[in-house]
Amino acid sequence: MRRYITMRLIALVLTFLGVTLLIYVLVYALPGDPIRGMAGDRPLPEGVIAELRARYHLDEPFPVQYWYYVQGVLRGDLGTDFNGRPVAELMADRWPVTLTLALTAWVLELVAGLALGVLSALRRNRVLDRVVMILTIVAISVPIFVIAYTAQLVLGVHMRWLPISGIAEGWPRSYLLPAVVLATFGIASVSRLVRTSLIENLDADYIRTARGKGLPSRKVVTRHALRNSLIPAVTYLGADLGFLLGGTLIVEGVFNLPGIGQLLFASIQQQQGPVVVGVATLLVLTFLVANLVVDLLYGVLDPRISHVRR
Amino acid sequence: MSAGEALMPPAGDPAGDETTVPADAGRWGRLRRSPTFLLAASLVALMTAVALLPGLFAGLFGNGDPRECDLARSGMGASAGHPFGFDMQGCDLYANVIHGARASISVGVLVTVASSAVAVVLGTLAGFYGRWLDGILSRLIDVFMGFPFMLGALVVLIAFPSGSIWSVSLTLTLFGWPTLTRLMRSTVLSVRELDYITAGRALGATDLRLMVRHVVPNAVGPLIVLAALTVGTVIVAESALTYLGVGLHAPAISWGLQLSMAQNDFQSHPHLLLYPSLFLSVTVLGFILLGDSLREALDPRSR
Repeated sequence: MRRYITMRLIALVLTFLGVTLLIYVLVYALPGDPIRGMAGDRPLPEGVIAELRARYHLDEPFPVQYWYYVQGVLRGDLGTDFNGRPVAELMADRWPVTLTLALTAWVLELVAGLALGVLSALRRNRVLDRVVMILTIVAISVPIFVIAYTAQLVLGVHMRWLPISGIAEGWPRSYLLPAVVLATFGIASVSRLVRTSLIENLDADYIRTARGKGLPSRKVVTRHALRNSLIPAVTYLGADLGFLLGGTLIVEGVFNLPGIGQLLFASIQQQQGPVVVGVATLLVLTFLVANLVVDLLYGVLDPRISHVRR
Repeated sequence: MSAGEALMPPAGDPAGDETTVPADAGRWGRLRRSPTFLLAASLVALMTAVALLPGLFAGLFGNGDPRECDLARSGMGASAGHPFGFDMQGCDLYANVIHGARASISVGVLVTVASSAVAVVLGTLAGFYGRWLDGILSRLIDVFMGFPFMLGALVVLIAFPSGSIWSVSLTLTLFGWPTLTRLMRSTVLSVRELDYITAGRALGATDLRLMVRHVVPNAVGPLIVLAALTVGTVIVAESALTYLGVGLHAPAISWGLQLSMAQNDFQSHPHLLLYPSLFLSVTVLGFILLGDSLREALDPRSR
């Protein structure tokens, strides 16, 4: 087990370096000159430009810049934007918004996805199952911003159930609608995964044995079949936490939530390279750690997957 | 599986279809009898026809020119000859939605074909030879899958803006190949160990012949399934990127652009959002159902 964790940590560090290098190259390639962009219409004196370039290491070759950045990240320093504000500070008051939104959506995926999947599997090929399966396919096919606008129009504007914009009303009211929209795709995916794998397990010999031994049906489903059916859903949910955190861009835009996604998009448009790199770095780290935790959880759920060699 | 068995309801004894490995004819037969497949294939065929010959379909109501606009009709609802009404520029919405099919489907198909080609070549080589080639490729795939797809595509498209179908397709391919390649690699890994490969090798077949004639044809099934699903995913991704303003640009006509332009007026003119998203969703639905029904036909376990 320890060996496995060590290997995974090494892989995680390599992946992290690769991803950040990739992001850094891309942001480096962004068009325009950030220093001149900062100055606006009035030209800056050459001396000031040179000073600013030196401060942000813009006059150094690319590998040196990347090295400064990696050093900074290792010290927990995500850099500053071109106005001198630390990126960590810019993100500080936005993280709670995105985190609340993503976690609410994630819990919705977990609860609703699991419930729908189990119900469908137990009512296999009956009306309820068919309806759920058709709805999930539709949910997967419709782009998220269309779902967002429709939900906003129907539930917010016409029925006035929930606020349509901003976070003035706090959790849960302000977050509920965006979270449901954000979770739609995940709920559909999780319920399909749970259904498929639960059906497969319900047909397995050990379930017949358990039933034959006279275990009550509820116990057979929850203790035996469901536990063994959770692996695909856990894989999905683990990877999805990272995606939710990085994928709130559109939902935050439509519902006007001041989160990381909006910061990211604004920074890209304003050529705030260091902010983009900082935000993306943190998102990638979250994503990688979430995946690692999920892989370690497999062993707990399914003893057949053991990380112990020999 | 015989034709008679294939006609039986799918809820039959699951042990029944594991006794014989279905031959290709059986799979095709099962596929042709699957209502899901028939629905999906008709949707995909219809939308492909619309994408190939937009003029034919756009002209059905007599106003087939998407660029014939009259600001006096801005945002008006349906009227005779204009079943979907007009957009904010006063152009016929039906003609625009029909002409939008080509851009979206082109991107979906281009990205999927390019990614699949990369996946077949790299996935087969890595899975077949293993060792350092596999090591490098797997780490590279880990890197690409280490961050959200949309995030990467967004940054690339802002770094290299051009707004053409080709650049958007290239960007989405850059982030689309890893998933397909990982799948191909893992299927090749399992096929490589099978007896007929050993037999082929013992008979003196070269590696190239083994790969082209035996490994790829037997390992490509799951890839085809995922490819069909990928077309749908890519169409959605393209529309999302275009909606964010970094995908296709006007004067191109695409569903993503129409939806992007509808966002400010959708509360007063919901039809601007409704029709493009309806066509987009139905197309995506077609490809997803196609993938789903192919998977069911190829993998007898998933019923």
